Amino acid sequence: MASQGVYLDQRPLDLLLIGGSAGVLDVLRLILPRLPLSLAVPVVIVVHLPERSPELLPRVFQSTTRLPMHFAEDKEPLVGGTIYFAPAGYHLLLESNRCCALSIDPPVWFSRPSIDVLFESAAAAAYASRVMAMLLTGASTDGASGLQSIHAAGGITVVQSPQSAEAATMPAAALARFTPDFILPASDIAGLAASLSPQPRPAAVVSN
Amino acid sequence: MGRGTVIDAFGENHTLNGALNDAVAEIEMRLLLEAIYEAYHYDFRQYAVASLKRRLAQALIRFDCRTLSALQAKVLHDKAVFPQLLDYLTVQVSDLFRDPSYYLALRRNVMPTLATYPSLKVWVAGCSTGEEAYSMAILLAEEGLLNRTLIYATDINSESLRKAASGVYDLDRIRQFTLNHRESGGKGSLSDHYHASGHSAVMDPQLRNRITFADHSLATDTAFSEVHFISCRNVLIYFNRELQDRALGIFQEALVRRGFLGLGSKESLRFSAQAAAFEDYRPEEKIYRKAA
Repeated sequence: MASQGVYLDQRPLDLLLIGGSAGVLDVLRLILPRLPLSLAVPVVIVVHLPERSPELLPRVFQSTTRLPMHFAEDKEPLVGGTIYFAPAGYHLLLESNRCCALSIDPPVWFSRPSIDVLFESAAAAAYASRVMAMLLTGASTDGASGLQSIHAAGGITVVQSPQSAEAATMPAAALARFTPDFILPASDIAGLAASLSPQPRPAAVVSN
Repeated sequence: MGRGTVIDAFGENHTLNGALNDAVAEIEMRLLLEAIYEAYHYDFRQYAVASLKRRLAQALIRFDCRTLSALQAKVLHDKAVFPQLLDYLTVQVSDLFRDPSYYLALRRNVMPTLATYPSLKVWVAGCSTGEEAYSMAILLAEEGLLNRTLIYATDINSESLRKAASGVYDLDRIRQFTLNHRESGGKGSLSDHYHASGHSAVMDPQLRNRITFADHSLATDTAFSEVHFISCRNVLIYFNRELQDRALGIFQEALVRRGFLGLGSKESLRFSAQAAAFEDYRPEEKIYRKAA
């Protein structure tokens, strides 16, 4: 899969993770259409949903991009250019062999799926340093600890600026723990997503 | 477990899995699972790593250990520790009639075929504290099949099996159970199948009498009986692919010709080496049939 990776300027990336809660559907409506159709990495998304909500997410977002999307199944291998949503009522974890793993372990921060569970599993995987993780708007502190784990493992971390977030609790909880690579309003996060390209850009340098 | 405990144990800047994210922890985890297998004959060596790591991270806090090596020493030298650790590694909480649409599909699409057999055996594999076994017994009773059915309900955790056999659940869970039961196409009232006693709901002994609770490991045991229907939901998600294939091999062996297999709603045979041994029957509810 390394050969299928993308670059954020010079940094090779194998995987894009996104987590959010209250207000996140609007932000995803900005981000998903900007993902390049040539995107060569998988995108894995946790959105907090009620345990027994109808399985709407792929239907809601499929009209925003031609990238294929569906709910992740257990043991499903991640494929580049595909968007995976964590199913309601399950935690979604990633294994080192780049397959999805589900669990019905108890909710974390009252949430199942939990963003922390996804992020922490990726932070423990062999490819952790080639992960980009985005933590968006939300009225919960889920995701902050997991994002910090990805940061500690050498991955790229992106936090939606609290003042641009419909619910600031989630991004603020992350910022209280550590300084991520990027703190951006939603529109700029969409721009960052659009800049993921199959080739490194020769002259550019990643900075905050 | 509250996440606050994590911060108490390791300080503000540590994350849950932080202690387990390096190459040394990988070695320690392998050694711990090997030690558990040798000392207690429980085989977690082919469990899915990501979930197991999370649970072990929580166990470190519960048993006040900095490393998995320290936990290993505790597990080997203090016989009281392992049963508690086993709970961390195995216990699942389910509901009666969890995923009502699954039970509705069983009612409509599987029971009519099962009804053609003069006697029936049903296996609930990985029954934990028994919710699925009792759901199955109620379903069979409502379809008029229970008195000719024997239900095997198996698990590796003897404490869970003991709770399952007692058939006692918190009364405050009954509201959800009742909603589930109704959505599953339940005939009559769920309250026909339990009686309230203090803060508990006690399942009807007539259900209990048709269920044999038994210790069985999909990792180390083999098929023990011929059965017509196996329900094994949200158990295989905790196994790696090799162990999933082993379990599905046992199911294939145990099922009668054209027998039924039900899995969890997000489990799939698509990624298994055993996929060809089963055919889709009600794919939207993950109900399969043994291939002819």
